[in-house]
Amino acid sequence: MKRTRSVCPFCGCGCSFYILSEGDRVVGIEPSPENPVNKGMLCVKGWNAHEFIHSPERLTKPLIRKKGELVEASWEEALKLVAEKLLGIKEKFGPRALAFLCSAKVSNEENFLFMKLARAAFKTNNVDHCARL
Amino acid sequence: MVGLAATFGSGAMTNSINDFDEADLFLVTGSNTTEQHPLIGSRIINAKQRGAQLLIIDPRDIPLAKFADLHLRHNIGTDVAVLNGMMNVIIEEGLYDKEFVATRTENFEQLKEVVSKYPPKTVEKISGIAAADLKKAARMYAKADKAMIAYAMGITQHTTGVDNVKSCANLAMLTGHLGRAAVGVNPLRGQNNVQGACDMGGLPNVYSSYQPVIDAAVKKKFEDAWKVEGLDDKPGLTITDMMDAAQKGELKALYIMGENPLMSDPNTTHIEQSLSNLDFLVIQDIFLSETAKKADVVLPAASFAEKEGTYTNTERKAQLAYQAVSPPGQARPDWQIICAVSKLAGYPMDYASPADIMKEINSLSPSYGGITYERLSNNTGLQWPCPNVEHPGTAFLHKDKFSKGLGTFMPCEFKPPAEMPDDEYDFMLTTGRVYYQFHTGTMTRRVNILEREAPEALLEINPDDAKKLGIRNKEKVEVSSRRGSVQLKAEVTERVPPKVVFSTFHFNEACINLLTNSAFDPVAKIPEYKSCAVKIRRCA
Repeated sequence: MKRTRSVCPFCGCGCSFYILSEGDRVVGIEPSPENPVNKGMLCVKGWNAHEFIHSPERLTKPLIRKKGELVEASWEEALKLVAEKLLGIKEKFGPRALAFLCSAKVSNEENFLFMKLARAAFKTNNVDHCARL
Repeated sequence: MVGLAATFGSGAMTNSINDFDEADLFLVTGSNTTEQHPLIGSRIINAKQRGAQLLIIDPRDIPLAKFADLHLRHNIGTDVAVLNGMMNVIIEEGLYDKEFVATRTENFEQLKEVVSKYPPKTVEKISGIAAADLKKAARMYAKADKAMIAYAMGITQHTTGVDNVKSCANLAMLTGHLGRAAVGVNPLRGQNNVQGACDMGGLPNVYSSYQPVIDAAVKKKFEDAWKVEGLDDKPGLTITDMMDAAQKGELKALYIMGENPLMSDPNTTHIEQSLSNLDFLVIQDIFLSETAKKADVVLPAASFAEKEGTYTNTERKAQLAYQAVSPPGQARPDWQIICAVSKLAGYPMDYASPADIMKEINSLSPSYGGITYERLSNNTGLQWPCPNVEHPGTAFLHKDKFSKGLGTFMPCEFKPPAEMPDDEYDFMLTTGRVYYQFHTGTMTRRVNILEREAPEALLEINPDDAKKLGIRNKEKVEVSSRRGSVQLKAEVTERVPPKVVFSTFHFNEACINLLTNSAFDPVAKIPEYKSCAVKIRRCA
């Protein structure tokens, strides 16, 4: 069994725990005793933070809307469509017709890159996230 | 955050979670701490057991109230009046910190003038808090040596959210409960990386470390570092404004990473119209959320366990999380998806790893200058500001001076909520979360134990009201506002005062945000989730 240090994905306390895994299967959570925030404790959500990871409802392939329905597509097709559509709208209506919502759930690095994508690649400051919600 | 930035110059929790073990008094307001920040809630209970005092200002009888020395159950949305009333008593009785006010603050005379209009008798009429209790609360808070204010969305999710925050800041400055260990004004953030998303510039007006987009020197710095020209130098749209712009047809495309606004935003019908009106909607998420079902393209992302990265908690502390398992199927980490989109859009971004991205964050964001992977891999986290690799991080802010120099008193007048009950819509609805579920339920509703404990939406209603309406416990009721209606089971409980009902936004089968009002604070653009007028009837 492998122990991997992580941070709880729920509230803002920032409790630290180890993800217990066997191969590519997460099997449990163990609170970190040395972390000053949670000192070896967790709430009921934290103790169960591993379960949704292997939900059969996880998205595993890109989806594209065709004739009104979301259907599976390749990464190549999906990414190309996103880039082309966003560029096209920027050309036609200007960068202010685009907007980007960052996430309070993803990492600092990813939020930084996402705002860089909006600002450097598409030249818009229409960037926000749900802090106010 | 806007409120604290205006008064202190820095919009974040002033102190640390460990300070909860040292404080003499806690003023908890608009935070159901034991349910929403359980590990902080348990510290408050432990502190209480070692003799600390607990003062709660909250309309609901939250679990923490059992431990309170004094619980003020004010009318919803009257926070400014209550806090002004406390300051009125503190000034009137000479209990304020004269030295702190003289040396560390400005604008005291204006504060004095405004709060003089809020004597306890006046506040009693507005808030329903007995004058004697208000005086007691004011004395408790002012006289304590180390007093911490902790608040959450119960303070911010009002049309007067910024005023509420400024009033908390005014109270702490007036009594000198700032700039030391175990004091301060402490907003408890609701999501694991909401602080980090702000710090990284996930906001329309700032780059990372809150560097303003309108500042020409900042613009130049980012243009040089990113090798681009013509970065936008005007603030962009907030999420609230984006939805309005989409409805008007001015906004054409929206790219959403890991958010579910159709469930989390107020007035769901309005959001649905806005999203349908877009030419192009991209969602990047781990599940097909309610919002993702509306998308033109859905990109499958890796969850927290399937990638490496840092997250910044409510006390400004960045911690490193490692990858435990591979993403399912073809799902990819968000950072790799962003790089791929950027490359196809003609702006290649090449990073070997999240650590590589952090190096760029270090070089461009002063408060994160010393928060490196090398250090984080060997410790339990670093609190910003941490400007260089020798810096130990900062446990509490505003030690000898505020981020902006002097702290500015920003007195506020009381304003009622945007929508008050009337003859037809005669109840006030307030919303929040329960212990066993989280936010829109995308993650927690897929966990058996949590779903077993809290499987459905409930509407808390006071026994007096339930009796008048002929509603018994667990009977189905219909609750309607001017924007929509929802059916759910009633929970008859004294947790809510008469004429107030409470429910949560975790459950898509009873989407409470169909009812909520999208009226928002004019500055912070936070919607008024905490109050709107509704009517209730028993379903036949």
